[in-house]
Amino acid sequence: MGYSFLRLAREALRDHTGWRPAWRDAEPKPRYDVVVIGGGGHGLATAYYLARNHGARNVAVVEKGWIGGGNTGRNTTVIRSNYYFPSSAELYDLSLRLYENLGVDLNYNVMVSQRGFLFLAHAPLQLEMYNRIVNALLVNGIDAELLSSDEVFRRAPLLNRAMRWPVVGGFTQPRAGIARHDAVAWGYARAADRLGVDIVQHCEVTGLRQAGGRITAVETTRGTIEAGAVAIVVAGHSSVLAAMAGLRLPVTSYALQAMVSEPVKPILDTVVNSPATGVYVSQSDKGELVFGGGLDLYPSYAQRGNLPVVEHVIAGLIEMFPAFAQLRLMRKWAGIVDVVHDSSPILGPTPVDGLYINCGWGTGGFKAIPAGGWLTAHCIATGGHHALSAPFDLGRFATGALVDEAAAAGIAH
Amino acid sequence: MLLIACPFCGPRDETEFRCGGESHIARPGPAETVSDERWGDYLFNRANPKGVHLERWLHGHGCGQWFNVARDTVSHRVLAVYRMGDPPPKDLTP
Amino acid sequence: MTGQRLESGGTIRRDRPIAFRFDGATFTGFEGDTLASALLASGVSVMGRSFRYHRPRGLWGAWTEEPAALVDLSVGGRYEPNARATLVPLEPELEATSVNRWPGLRFDLGAFVDVLHPLFPAGFYYKTFMKPGWATWEESVRARAGLGRVNGEAGAPTRTARTAHCDVLVIGGGPAGLAAARAAAGGEARVMLVDDRPAFGGSLPLDAATIDGHNAEAWAAAVAADLATRPMVTLLPRTTAIGYFDHDLVALAERRPDGRERLWRVRARRVVLATGAIERPLVFPDNDRPGIMAASAALGYVWRHGVLPGADIVVVTNNGGAYQAARALAAAGARIKAIVDTRATPGVVDAVAEVIPGSIVTRTQGRLGIHHVEVAPLGGGRARTLACDLVAVSGGWNPSVHLFSQSGGKLRWDEAIAAFVPDRSVQNEQSVGAARGVFDLAACLEDGHVAGLAAAAATGHAARDPGMPRAQEGAPYRIEPFWFVPGTRRRQWIDRLNDVTVADVRLAARENFASVEHLKRYTTLGMGTDQGKTSNVNGLAVLAAATGRAIPDVGTTTFRPPTTPTSFAAFTALRRCALHAPTRRLPAHHAHARLGAVFDEYGGWQRPACYPRAGEDRAAAIRREAAHPRRAVGLFDASSLGKVEVTGPDAARFLDLMIYNAIGNLAPGRVRYALMLNENGKVFDDGVVARLGPERFLLSPSSSHTAGVVAALEEWRQCEYLDMKVRVEDVTAAWGTVAVTGPRAHAVLDKLETDIVPGPHMSVAEGTVLGALGRIARVSYTGEAGFEISVPAGRADALWDHLLALGEDEGIAPFGLEALMILRMEKGYILIGIDTDGNTEPQDLGMTGPLRAKTVDFVGRRSLLRPDSRRTDRLELVGLAVEGAEPIPGGAHVLAPGGRGERSIGHVSSSAFSPSLGRPVALAMVEGGRARQTAGERVAVFSRGTRVMARIVAPAFVDPEGARLRD
Repeated sequence: MGYSFLRLAREALRDHTGWRPAWRDAEPKPRYDVVVIGGGGHGLATAYYLARNHGARNVAVVEKGWIGGGNTGRNTTVIRSNYYFPSSAELYDLSLRLYENLGVDLNYNVMVSQRGFLFLAHAPLQLEMYNRIVNALLVNGIDAELLSSDEVFRRAPLLNRAMRWPVVGGFTQPRAGIARHDAVAWGYARAADRLGVDIVQHCEVTGLRQAGGRITAVETTRGTIEAGAVAIVVAGHSSVLAAMAGLRLPVTSYALQAMVSEPVKPILDTVVNSPATGVYVSQSDKGELVFGGGLDLYPSYAQRGNLPVVEHVIAGLIEMFPAFAQLRLMRKWAGIVDVVHDSSPILGPTPVDGLYINCGWGTGGFKAIPAGGWLTAHCIATGGHHALSAPFDLGRFATGALVDEAAAAGIAH
Repeated sequence: MLLIACPFCGPRDETEFRCGGESHIARPGPAETVSDERWGDYLFNRANPKGVHLERWLHGHGCGQWFNVARDTVSHRVLAVYRMGDPPPKDLTP
Repeated sequence: MTGQRLESGGTIRRDRPIAFRFDGATFTGFEGDTLASALLASGVSVMGRSFRYHRPRGLWGAWTEEPAALVDLSVGGRYEPNARATLVPLEPELEATSVNRWPGLRFDLGAFVDVLHPLFPAGFYYKTFMKPGWATWEESVRARAGLGRVNGEAGAPTRTARTAHCDVLVIGGGPAGLAAARAAAGGEARVMLVDDRPAFGGSLPLDAATIDGHNAEAWAAAVAADLATRPMVTLLPRTTAIGYFDHDLVALAERRPDGRERLWRVRARRVVLATGAIERPLVFPDNDRPGIMAASAALGYVWRHGVLPGADIVVVTNNGGAYQAARALAAAGARIKAIVDTRATPGVVDAVAEVIPGSIVTRTQGRLGIHHVEVAPLGGGRARTLACDLVAVSGGWNPSVHLFSQSGGKLRWDEAIAAFVPDRSVQNEQSVGAARGVFDLAACLEDGHVAGLAAAAATGHAARDPGMPRAQEGAPYRIEPFWFVPGTRRRQWIDRLNDVTVADVRLAARENFASVEHLKRYTTLGMGTDQGKTSNVNGLAVLAAATGRAIPDVGTTTFRPPTTPTSFAAFTALRRCALHAPTRRLPAHHAHARLGAVFDEYGGWQRPACYPRAGEDRAAAIRREAAHPRRAVGLFDASSLGKVEVTGPDAARFLDLMIYNAIGNLAPGRVRYALMLNENGKVFDDGVVARLGPERFLLSPSSSHTAGVVAALEEWRQCEYLDMKVRVEDVTAAWGTVAVTGPRAHAVLDKLETDIVPGPHMSVAEGTVLGALGRIARVSYTGEAGFEISVPAGRADALWDHLLALGEDEGIAPFGLEALMILRMEKGYILIGIDTDGNTEPQDLGMTGPLRAKTVDFVGRRSLLRPDSRRTDRLELVGLAVEGAEPIPGGAHVLAPGGRGERSIGHVSSSAFSPSLGRPVALAMVEGGRARQTAGERVAVFSRGTRVMARIVAPAFVDPEGARLRD
């Protein structure tokens, strides 16, 4: 039974008693062709595309807590593909294109709002750097516009005209925007469930079994599950799971805080990021300002952050938008992000046969969910790389072929 | 907010410090004898444990000295502080 | 609800009336009122509208727990959206406007959604609006969402933040907290006591009991007054503890008398959490109407503000606590119509009104104010209708465990009080009194007293026991949980702000949003500005019932800071404008200002961009300044360039390890251009290294990278090369440096009063300049003969003016950074971070010698041997000879066939019009650039739709042989 307004109207007449579970809580079976570890956006999308694109019918997603409870439900919901290198741009633009149609594809409204993502330039040389990025995007077939300061202030009228670092212009990707983060997890879960994927919540992986260099099973708090292939898709815990397979990763876990204000009537119609303050902000459809800034810069697995970053980020926000000082902080929280030297994902096969990994998205995993799932599913189904995932192989840390966006474009994504 | 006991200055707020990541990483060499894989492991791979982490910190807004900290990455509890060059406390060595 | 002011009672000053405005109408209250109590006293029953259905909302609470009485507030020159009416002290000139309604509060067209509510259950938006796309619907949804309005014109107040340390921090100034602070403060311990109300006492003003023979409120006042006299005690009323962070750091938000909030960061050795408890609503049909109020809130309005919130009151309860409120309300003159108790045998003997046991309200009536309730036995049976204008409700009490939970502590479900209480503690905190489910006054006092003594003792201070305060033990608190009314189709509200009902929770459970976090996110339960203070536990209970689980098995959501919404201005404090990030000025700043310099910020330094003359615009000035040093002589302030001394017996060996180029073989008095790499082989910085003596080196990192270079040197020195005898010192701020450069620079130097005889290009000598310590280096960043003269920073200003005067005959003229950028570009000198990026390796810049020839290891060396470093298609530095007269925009890309027809093979990193050459010049990083340069390849250069052609040439447009440098 699909979701539609008509269906909603029909259910209204019978007190909404006809709705079925969005997804079943499956009991784990003794064996699956593929076990995806991690019920976040990437894991659920991997399972969905395994079923939809590759016809896999015997797939489980095992999640230690509740689905979407990690970074999928803790981010600032930005989607965009304004990346410098062709390899990054193609990856993130695949994601953005999938997002653009995701509501219809999943029959679930994930509220993709393409309101644009605006980077502020605070110095002429920075504007030149943005021209470099805009041109790279245009050459790669991705939308981007370089903006004068007047055009910036038109898009964000409450922006500080006397900011500590003057706004001399900016660049925007019009197709970028935000989406409803929880709905992405739920939408993929529901769609995967309808294709026969077992979603097993409250099932923590405690070990990975191998035989002859090949993965054979996952040990969980709900018993051992044999598997033809296993994917580790657990942002924030990647090193822990990889260690179970004897792998060391170039990943460090950090807490990234996010904050929301009390809800107010519409005051900000685009996503704004200031490299000088390090703060990015948008206004949710509910009216809350959703914003974040820097990491708590010490390794952490605690999903909470400390006060200095809160003060720093809010000071940056108010420097950008002085009128927002009237508002109150309503809530703040933290997610644990996988930080990799080149801030690019690690996606594809591992040295262990049958074991795949999807991690290292840093602070930008949410925007990559559809592509991350799409490509991880491809790798699992084919046993090798997709052309788009090949540059993001784990092997790049030995060859030195990093995909370092921050190094190239001066923008930390 | 973390409270870190600098071995030279005493307990101070985290805002005075910078964490430099995992400590006790041996630099492989000489260069000609090191494989690409070994070098990549040294440069990039990290233990990143969920639990006790041996890491180095800089008291940048203080004495300017680096030192080692054993800290739990889940509770953030500081278990030991010791000087650069000293071995980690035996009971905390993974 | 028809509230009225009482003749007496409360802490308001009836002799000080205050006029204020609400939604355009003028009202009068008294000093000591809150906006809520003043409105209530004026007979205002509706103060807000709910978020989703725009249902009319009266007051439920009297303090932070109030969910829906939100207003946009203008008072005392400040403006606050979404102010909670229950927290706003009444002040003259106060103007409040209700939110989220149109055209008005009592008649709101937005309420049409409520009529259609069956179409809009929890999460309806996930099931529709997919076609033709969310964008079609979004704008109208956004317009309806949100609560108050931001005023783009209003200024934002600022206030300093404070940091404090104490031995014992007591949070909450009710009976337990006062007893704790009193006990802890008996000795030498430094004690802080904070409470979010204007006066200490917590719930004591609502308590008829006596403590140590005094009236409870008087006891509280006496204890607070006594504590205020003690030098080791800090009292902070009107202060909310908003967050419990790592290592016992507690953030406080103090509301100053001017209404602005101040942030406190308090590091405590022990923390006593005496945060009290919040009364829980009962969930029954139509329980959201204006006039349905927490029993404790009704009592609070009577005893704190002298306002009787209703005349005819029905009390509804599941516990014994509400009977006291009923008595007090009756004593204040209200008619208690009945006490509806869900318990079959309430066991209360002295009730002030008829008790209807085993019953619950099954229906209420009154759109803008309640006027009737229907009451029926729980098991079914005949309903009774009672007329009333207030329903006072008590569903029991939830200990305020927010801070405990934030500290990392785990909660436990306590069946006896049907609530979560603190269980396992993680940090140095202890919960006392109602915050841990101890509700009896005598027990609270004992709990706080014992904890206060223990906390002080734990900090190592001798405590002096002031003696335990005593009160008479009250009746035991008895509660029988009652969570909702089964089998009704009427809506039963759990979250009054976000409009979440029992049916919504059941729908969520039916759809498998059965995890408590899923429930919260799917239904928005507890996500409003009240942060679920009154709705969370009821929501959990309904979810537990709907999924056949026990409440502790459902668990709780995380309690996220802040405990109460806190103004951004408090966190920002004074970090605004110039104080947000201070800039550095050159030591000769005023000399430049006297010359009319235009200053820009470069890498954190305010530096002259150019020195326009009368009638000259910026571009013309830059053109003139960039041409001048090639013809005559220019003067440039290079003081921001880093100066890092590296000294000691192992200095040469250390720098050989740290720097790409060989340093050990540099002769004293000589200077060498060098790159510094990171361990990953990338170019970290460039600059010159001067050897001042056998064991003395001076590094000149880029202006904006000096701190980073020093940090890297220190990290390697302290963490890797511990055995080396070497010292690194950043002396940038100690020196001022002025560069004299151009064909006539020699002539200027000849006149300078100095004992230094400048050597050949790339040399350095020390001595005296203008009679004091000085140094002259023969280096150049312009391609012309150049001298960098360094003097103590305090003398830079004088040196600058002196050189201008000395060079007058030679036609000396100052030039700014913008001209320098053109000059260095013409010569092909790179600028780190502009021509290079974080992927650039030395061979990309044509510097392969050290990697081939240097015999000792150095940082980054092994990385340069990896496959990726040996690619032949790496981006390499080249020049671009542009066809045409216009410079290429910086950031243009060089294109070649490939990809979608054309692909980028590199980018223009620096570009300008060269006034001395009369044509544009550009530097670029291009794939396999040197091979293309050798082939003289002609390429298209693209920038936002435009393209020009250029030839790839060597990156040096002026004097490639360097003859002018050596002149």
